Amino acid sequence: MIFKRTPSPHIRQNITVHDMMFKVLYALIPGAIASIYFFGWGVLFNLCIAISVCLLTEASILKLRQREVIETLQDGSALLTACLLALALPSLAPWWLTTIASIFAIAVAKHLYGGLGFNPFNPAMVGYIVVMISFPLEMTLWTSPMGVGAGWPDFSTTFDWVFLGSLPFAETIDSISMATPIDLLKTQLNQSHDIIETRNNISYRTLFSIISGTGWQWINILYLAGGIWLVKKDVADWRIPTAFLISLVLISNLFAVIDYANNSSALFHAFSGGTMLCAFFIATDPVTASTTPRGRWIYGAGIGALVYIIRSWGGYPDGIAFAVVLMNIAVPLIDYYTQPKVYGDLNR
Amino acid sequence: MKLTTTISKFDGGLTLVAYKHLSTGSAISCMEECKEYVLPLQQHIGAISQPLVKPGDRVLKGQMLAKPGDLVSAAVHSPVSGTVKDITAHDVPHISGLQDKCIIIENDFRDEWVEREPLGESYNQSTSHDLRKIIRDAGIVGLGGAVFPSSVKQTEINIRTLILNGVECEPYITCDDVLMRERAEEILSGADIIGHIIKARQCIIAIEDNKPEAISAMQAAIDKDGTGFFHIQVIPTVYPSGGEKQLIKIITNKEVPKGHFPAEIDVLCHNVATAYAIYRTIYFAEPLISRIATVTGHGVVQPQNIEVLIGTPMSACIQHCGGYSEDCDELIMGGPMMGFSLDTDNMPVVKATNCLLVTAKAENTHRQKHLPCIRCGKCVEVCPVRLLPQQLYWYASSKNTERLLEHNLFDCIECGCCAYVCPSDIPLVQYYRFAKTTIWQQERERRSSDIARQRHEAHQQRLEKQKQEREERLRQKRELLKSKTGDNESDDKSSKQAAIAEAVARAQAKKAEQSKNKSDK
Repeated sequence: MIFKRTPSPHIRQNITVHDMMFKVLYALIPGAIASIYFFGWGVLFNLCIAISVCLLTEASILKLRQREVIETLQDGSALLTACLLALALPSLAPWWLTTIASIFAIAVAKHLYGGLGFNPFNPAMVGYIVVMISFPLEMTLWTSPMGVGAGWPDFSTTFDWVFLGSLPFAETIDSISMATPIDLLKTQLNQSHDIIETRNNISYRTLFSIISGTGWQWINILYLAGGIWLVKKDVADWRIPTAFLISLVLISNLFAVIDYANNSSALFHAFSGGTMLCAFFIATDPVTASTTPRGRWIYGAGIGALVYIIRSWGGYPDGIAFAVVLMNIAVPLIDYYTQPKVYGDLNR
Repeated sequence: MKLTTTISKFDGGLTLVAYKHLSTGSAISCMEECKEYVLPLQQHIGAISQPLVKPGDRVLKGQMLAKPGDLVSAAVHSPVSGTVKDITAHDVPHISGLQDKCIIIENDFRDEWVEREPLGESYNQSTSHDLRKIIRDAGIVGLGGAVFPSSVKQTEINIRTLILNGVECEPYITCDDVLMRERAEEILSGADIIGHIIKARQCIIAIEDNKPEAISAMQAAIDKDGTGFFHIQVIPTVYPSGGEKQLIKIITNKEVPKGHFPAEIDVLCHNVATAYAIYRTIYFAEPLISRIATVTGHGVVQPQNIEVLIGTPMSACIQHCGGYSEDCDELIMGGPMMGFSLDTDNMPVVKATNCLLVTAKAENTHRQKHLPCIRCGKCVEVCPVRLLPQQLYWYASSKNTERLLEHNLFDCIECGCCAYVCPSDIPLVQYYRFAKTTIWQQERERRSSDIARQRHEAHQQRLEKQKQEREERLRQKRELLKSKTGDNESDDKSSKQAAIAEAVARAQAKKAEQSKNKSDK
């Protein structure tokens, strides 16, 4: 009898890239719902624009590169990039901002380097950085969160602003937007109002809430929950978020202990801005992260340190994107020097 | 029954669905004899065996057909009495899929043995050297699948611990399991012989905890033995615990140093089936002409274990087990993790054939093509050698030999754990095998070009030397001549003149004679 020949092993674990990407997407859902709840229609618009532009860009480039279009789109990686980007962008980002970031993420950061598996930098973060550097003003346009002041604007106001760049009479962009807690603390510190003073200021009290800001704390808690599920499901590596959070908490705690009036607490840092989104969803992108066990500790800790440095002394409100991309650059070096000793290597 | 607890574990590994029950339902069944047996000359690790017979020769059962070709090599014996039909290239179960030189024996069904003188119990009066020679002449190799010549492993004398490997961690395979269930005492006798050769002080029998029947059978045999030499170590079922180095780590909590044999840490590891084969050799003077093999999988009608003569066609084994089922898919020699698929069943069972696995179409998990590596690192978590499979894959695809060696490509045991978990379905082991053979090839070419260069240089030197010697000789000759002429110059002159005068005289005389002759006419 004649048989066909196939390579060993002849049994496989039933897990695919598609499954992994979609599990990450599922884990994003609670945090994303909280984002929409607290920041309104803008988040939903961001998601719609980013997803359609990313998928379209991915499809056209795959076509140009003469690759399987439908099959590759099904791996879910472009969809995930789109969602991460959309959730990182401010809730009042104009449509063209999201579009530019999306195109850049997929076309330049991903496909110019060879597509999935070959990109050295996190595509979503590269897209984010491009618009951050080019349009710093638009990147601060967050709606006031639900429960603070008037909350977020209604559908038509948001729609007009995002897609047409116009606002109803009697509304200005300043009246519907509000600085994020991280941003506010920074500007107040620059005007020599220390943290205690700012947080005790009656007009900011609702914005800061108990931990790190109305909305932000819940969004971060839900990303943390989704992230823990991902780690438990063995989709995300546990070392990177652990190292990232430990390093961020230790460093911020150190500075807060030294000078609590001018440095935010560790709790504030851990639950504000994009901390948890970065810890479990962005830093853990396997393609661009370090791939060795020890390297992942270094990589995560490095991002934590850089996030703190950029938040405290950098020119930008949140440092996630820069921290991640800077550590992406260091990955080949980290991987090379953190090779595990193989079985029987006596120089342990 | 008291069982000692597990001492240690190795890094990585997998928990797999075992499917062992498929083939453990019945006792070992004996294969009926076939008309023709095909015996490859290369069934072991090491040099190819040298044939001792030629086509047309009559051979007896157990007669040595081919002798070891080198120190690391093994003999091949005739499984039946009959005649040598041919010595030719034939399909053999090898990962390359190529043919190899085989001795083909036609069975005369007379079952005539060569003359045998079993040592029996008196083996303990023989020296290690003599026993090793008997084992070597019996063609015994490691029957766990690695087929390394056993006598070579036993060269180091005085090894404290003998580990008997009854782990059998690959799914589906049960030949060691049933052997331990049915022939526990014989295995212990074989281990006793090995223990005598290496002067071992203890023998630890390692068995995975998914084989309770084998554990109790072995324990019963140990209790009967009563010497205190044997201990059973039950270990958790984790693939690949049966790998020699992994098992040694589990049992001793020590790692075999890179580039060394286990003897370095006072351990020798043998498979239970090898111990059984050694028992047969010493007690019955029976060389390795048969083995227990598992014929199993959802693609075969009656999965079971068979005692089969080496050289039996695989098709006959499958027939013995009820033939193929309707939806049979692939024929694999070995287990599903490390075994390789064969393109035909017209091949002989060899010493390495621990299992013939026939899969069913429904189980096929191979996908058409693989996705790019996303560096998820799942392969790192399961690698029992602590390699970085994703980096090796990257360097193997870019043919970066230097980096491959830096990342310890040659420490890979090809267990397949990395490829098993890979979400991108990359056939990683194939990449490593290809990279290894490419590097070996480069190494061979480099060595042969080195040799050619050395020979060329030596040739040039030789020519140069000959030239110098010739010149030296000529110079000496010239000098000799010169010194001669310098010393006797005057003598020389006079002698020359004398010679000239003589010649002139001769010529004149001749002339005179000639003219005289003319005038006579």
